[in-house]
Amino acid sequence: MSGSPLITLRGVNKHYGDYHALRDIELEIRQGEFFSLLGPSGCGKTTLLRTIAGFEDLSSGTLMIDGKDMARVPANERPTNMVFQSYAIFPHLSVAQNVAFGLRRDSRPKAEKARAVAEALEMVGLAGYGGRAAHALSGGQRQRVALARALILQPKVLLLDEPLSALDKKMREQMQVELIRLQRNVGITFILVTHDQEEALVMSDRIAVMFEGSIGQMADPETLYRRPNSRRVADFIGKMNFLSAEVTAAGATVDLDVQGLGRGSIARDQAPNGAPAGPAVVGIRPETLTIVFDGEHTDRRTIDGVVDEVVYYGDMTYYDVRVPGVDEPLHLSMRNVIGRPVLDVGTPTRISWDERALVLLDA
Amino acid sequence: MKPPSMKFPALRIYAIIYLLFLFAPIILLPIFAFNEGKIIAFPLTGFSTRWFETLWERPSLHSAVQSSLIIAVLTSIFATIFGIFAARGGAMANFPFKGGIIGFIMLPLVLPEIILAVALLVLVTKVLGLAPNLYTIVLAHTLMCTPYATSVLNGAFANLDASLEEAAMDLGESRWGAFRLVTLPLVMPGIISAMLISFIISLDEFIVAFFLSGNVTTLPVYIYGLRRQSDQLPIIMALGTILVALSIILLVAAEILRRRGLRRAGLEDAGGFL
Ligand SMILES: Nc1ncnc2c1ncn2[C@@H]1O[C@H](COP(=O)(O)OP(=O)(O)OP(=O)(O)O)[C@@H](O)[C@H]1O
Ligand SMILES: [Mg+2]
Repeated sequence: MSGSPLITLRGVNKHYGDYHALRDIELEIRQGEFFSLLGPSGCGKTTLLRTIAGFEDLSSGTLMIDGKDMARVPANERPTNMVFQSYAIFPHLSVAQNVAFGLRRDSRPKAEKARAVAEALEMVGLAGYGGRAAHALSGGQRQRVALARALILQPKVLLLDEPLSALDKKMREQMQVELIRLQRNVGITFILVTHDQEEALVMSDRIAVMFEGSIGQMADPETLYRRPNSRRVADFIGKMNFLSAEVTAAGATVDLDVQGLGRGSIARDQAPNGAPAGPAVVGIRPETLTIVFDGEHTDRRTIDGVVDEVVYYGDMTYYDVRVPGVDEPLHLSMRNVIGRPVLDVGTPTRISWDERALVLLDA
Repeated sequence: MKPPSMKFPALRIYAIIYLLFLFAPIILLPIFAFNEGKIIAFPLTGFSTRWFETLWERPSLHSAVQSSLIIAVLTSIFATIFGIFAARGGAMANFPFKGGIIGFIMLPLVLPEIILAVALLVLVTKVLGLAPNLYTIVLAHTLMCTPYATSVLNGAFANLDASLEEAAMDLGESRWGAFRLVTLPLVMPGIISAMLISFIISLDEFIVAFFLSGNVTTLPVYIYGLRRQSDQLPIIMALGTILVALSIILLVAAEILRRRGLRRAGLEDAGGFL
């Protein structure tokens, strides 16, 4: 995972008439990386993917794949293959004919091609399905055929446009694991488009979070989750409590006065955008806040509040707790372990928190 | 619960009268075509195939049939090709003034045929300076049939996922290869049904063929020529019977092909011509 990037986008813009669909995209994707484009509906994920695949012209900027400028290279000559959102399985062909479609221009003997098709089908867990009519497949099977059809060509880059969004939750989780395993095995660079933050966190080496045609933040999953660089990113990935705060001093550490929590200080890297003195917003994740149950002891700092809402999830319970001096109730989540009761609405409670869990965002 | 129409006897009576009105003339055709007598009147005088035999023995009729068939075949080919371009463009491409251009293709549908006929006659004889012949009729019929072919094909193309062609290109095919290998087989039932419908329309078309016929006589023009001789009426009935039967067979064939193609491709039925 080193060396020069496989895909480079420099200053890429895309206009549809008056609509500015991609804004100054700067992107480098390394060989063998599992890269995800994450963002809300309509933010331009598909457009960016189609640009890389060669189905959309750039309005400005350059796209290089494997050191070559792609400006004049049509889709059918790019070293990329795509798994479409609709899968685009050819309904008039059999499963095997679908998978073999890209081999038409291949001069290998027939028997060898047939072997490649069988191997590809086996790789995606569809061994023996070659003779089936493509239109009679289930959603998950179609998705696998689409994968096999793309992988058989051993592209440098595999582009996946929300490949799992049509599947039910169980199937989706299973396919996520299989995709990761597949990607490790074949060593092909994957670019995955998704609007499911959990999927992106689970699968990716790196994620670009997009809003309205531009990239808001690009980082590995942990950094993205723990150190989002804006409220928008923090809000889109997981849940986050936002508290108004005041930066009182910034040196080797940053001193803060946080609404409801009081004074504290955080490390420099907890302020991804720097720490100008003055009003700011601090984020804290629900799972870093902990209810101190009766008879439990904590060394962490605590605040008092009253349970405002309870949602029981089986393995977890989600609470909203009203804390004096804080405008919005704090969200927090507790693992349901033996001996811990599920609290009722109106119960007075104590919450412990940790300065290391804070992240300083723009005001 | 009864369907709503059953609750209103008036509606049922309306439906029966409507169907009678629609089909009575067509039912009369075979009745008199197989009737022994020369006079078109009840009571019938007995079963006979003599009028069909008479038909068979007329060379002038043979040449009319031949002209009509040539015109209909060529028309169905041209109209369908243009229809493919229009329907594919309408469904998959984006270009300036798209709505207007597509509307323009459909215009002959609502233009009075007599106006079209006169305009075409002027165009062919005065502007282009040609003598009307078989091929000017083909030209005119193509113009008239293209909107029908287009609307049949619109259904076929609207069914098609636009990413199928892109997927084919993504897998290495050229634009043409993607069209030939993916789109064409998927819209083939629509193409066949468009050809059959154009064929029927061209075969039955009278006004334009009459104006532009010159020295060729098409079947409808031939029939028109027979109208004043009352002793020829049973022959017209026989001819009409054949034409109606042929039309029905072709239409049903077109629809069966279209449905079977859809089923085989596992696509939704977006409504065909029937
Ligand atoms: N061919 C087009 N012409 C005009 N506008 C387009 C075109 N394609 C996309 N857009 C617009 O560009 C924006 C981004 O579209 P895109 O399909 O990339 O979104 P997305 O992030 O993939 O969303 P989703 O998650 O819903 O698939 C949308 O507002 C869309 O309306
Ligand atoms: Mg999309």
